Amino acid sequence: MKVTETPPAVPAQRSPVAKTDGPGGEPAKSGEGKVLNVFSHGVLVIWAVLVVMPLLWAVMASFKTDDSILSTPWALPDKLHFENWSRAWTQAHMSDYFFNTILVVGGSLIGTLLLGSMAAYVLARFEFPGNRFIYFLFIGGMSFPIILALVPLFFVMNNMGLLNSVHGLILVYIAYSLPFTVFFLTSFFRTLPTSIAEAAMLDGASHTRTFFQVMLPMAKPGLISVGIFNFLGQWNQYMLPTVLNTDPDGKVLSQGLVELATSQGYKGDWSGLFAGLVMAMLPVLVAYIVFQRQVVAGLTAGALK
Amino acid sequence: MQHGKYRFIVGFLVAPLALYAIFVIWPFAQSIYYSFTDWTGLSPDFKMVGFDNYSRMLDDEIFWKSLQHSVLLVLLLPLVTLGLALFFAFMLNVGGRRRKNAAIAGVRGSSFYKIAYFFPQVLSIVIVALLFQFAFNPTSGMLNSTLKAVGLNSLQPDWLGDPDLALYCVMVVLIWSTVGFFVVLFSAGMASIPKDFYEAALLDGASRITTFFKITLPLLWDTVQSGWVYMGILALGVEAFTAVQVMTVGPGGPDYSTTVLPLYVYQTAFRDAQAGYATTIGVGLLIVTMLFAAVVMRLGRRERLEY
Repeated sequence: MKVTETPPAVPAQRSPVAKTDGPGGEPAKSGEGKVLNVFSHGVLVIWAVLVVMPLLWAVMASFKTDDSILSTPWALPDKLHFENWSRAWTQAHMSDYFFNTILVVGGSLIGTLLLGSMAAYVLARFEFPGNRFIYFLFIGGMSFPIILALVPLFFVMNNMGLLNSVHGLILVYIAYSLPFTVFFLTSFFRTLPTSIAEAAMLDGASHTRTFFQVMLPMAKPGLISVGIFNFLGQWNQYMLPTVLNTDPDGKVLSQGLVELATSQGYKGDWSGLFAGLVMAMLPVLVAYIVFQRQVVAGLTAGALK
Repeated sequence: MQHGKYRFIVGFLVAPLALYAIFVIWPFAQSIYYSFTDWTGLSPDFKMVGFDNYSRMLDDEIFWKSLQHSVLLVLLLPLVTLGLALFFAFMLNVGGRRRKNAAIAGVRGSSFYKIAYFFPQVLSIVIVALLFQFAFNPTSGMLNSTLKAVGLNSLQPDWLGDPDLALYCVMVVLIWSTVGFFVVLFSAGMASIPKDFYEAALLDGASRITTFFKITLPLLWDTVQSGWVYMGILALGVEAFTAVQVMTVGPGGPDYSTTVLPLYVYQTAFRDAQAGYATTIGVGLLIVTMLFAAVVMRLGRRERLEY
C-alpha cells in the first residue's frame, strides 16, 4: 500500500448544516453526504432511463401499427398488434434466421469449449519444447484486427469449398474464439490442484481419461464463464458471417436483422422490423436476467486478470 | 510413460492448432504478402508491385479520412466511456447515505442499477445500431419527435444525414452500449478496496472528490488501463465496423464523413474488388492498433500498488 499522500487535514470549518443525517454522523459531513446522495441517485436514475428507455420503446413499437409508430412515437399501442410478430416470424424469415443461428452457435460453442479446453489443459499442465511459443501464438490472436485476416480468409474458404456453408462458418467461429478461450482456460487449469490428477494417473487412468473424467468436471466453473462469453460473442457475431456467409438461405440472426431493416425500410413496415428486433433481443435479455450473476462473471472474467 | 505423454500432447494440440493455423494465422500471414501485390481477388493472376500500394495509400484521400475518424474514435471513445463508467461506479459505491459506523456506503438499489446498465452488453451491436438508426430518423425518430414535443420545432437536426453530426451519432451508440460493462467492472474493483482507506481519508478531512482521485483511481489503475486497451481495440475493430456499416448511409457516408479503417478495408476488398490494396489498408490498421497499445502501455506505466 503506497498511498500515503493524504491531503493536509482541514479542520471542519464548513458551516454546520442544521439537519443532521441521523445519529453517528457529524453535522458537516452528513450534509455533504446527503447532497451527494441525492445527486448520485439523480445521475444514476438518468442513465438507467437512458439505457432502458430505447429497449422498452422497441417492445412498445413492435405492438403498434406503422402509422402510430411514425405519427405518435411515444403513445402506447391502441391494442396489441400480434400480427406484426407473426409477419416478422414467417414472412420476414426470422424463424429461418433463428434456426441457422442456433445451428451455427450450437456447433461452434461445443467445438470451442472442447478444443479450447484440450489445448489449454496441455499448455497449462505439461512441460514440452515449444509450449510458450504455442501459448503466445494463441494469445496474439486477441489483439490483431480481424478484418485484416478476413480478406485472405474469404479466398481460403472459397478454395476449400467452405464458403456459405454451416460447417465452414462453425470452423471459423471456433478458430476465432480460440485465443480468448485458451488464454482464459490456461490460467484456470493452472489454479486447479495437481494431486487429484496424479491420484487418477496412479490408479491407472490414461492422460486422456484423466482429462475427460477428472479435470473437465473440476473445470466446470471456468467452462461456464468462458462458455457464456463465447455464446454471446458468437450469437451476436456480425462481421464474420457478413463476409463469409452471403447465401440468402443461410443467413444468421444479425445478418437477417440488417436484411429486414433494409427491405422493411423500402416497404415502410416499421412495426415488422421492431417485432423482429424485439424477437431477437428478448431471449438474450431474459437469459441474462435469469443467469445474471454467471453472465456478469463470465463477461468480466477476462478483464479482471 | 514419457512416450505416452508426448503422444497425448500432440493428440490434444493437433486439432485446435490446425484449425487456428488454417483460419487465423495463415490468412494473417497471407494478408501481409498480398499487400505487396495488385491482386483483385477475382482472378488468380497477380504480380508483385513492391510498395506501390503503400504509396497509393498515402495519396488516398479516403484512407486519410478513415484514419482520421478511426483515430478520433480511439481518442474519444475510451475517454468518454471510461470517464462515465468511473463516475457512475463511484456514485454507486460511495454515493450512499451514511449509515452508522460506516464512513462511506453504496447507494440503495445499486444491484438494480448494475443489472440495468449491463443490458446493452448482452445485446448484439447490430440490434443496438438498428434501434438507434430509427431513433435518429429525422422525420419520425424518437429524438426529433421529443424535441418537437418540448417545443423545439426549429431544432430538428438531420443526425445521421448531417456530415458534421453523423460520426458523433455513431460514437453515442458505441458509448451507450459499452458504459454499463465498465460500470460493473469498476464497481467490482471499487468494492474490493478496503473501507479503512476511505475512512482514514475522510477523517483527515478529504472531500469525496479528493478521495476519488487520491485513493480510488490509483488503486483501480490496472483495471482502467486494461479497459483502455479493450476500448481502443473496440474502436478500431469489429464494433466500430458494425455500427458504421449498419447505421450510416452509404455505408460510411454522408460524403465519407463516418467511414472508418475496417469499413474501408471491407469495401475496398469486397465492393471494389481490390483485395491487394485492401490488405495494404489492413496493414495500416494493424500499425495504428499496435501504436495505440504501445502508447497506452507506456503512458499507463505506474508503480503497481499492492493492498
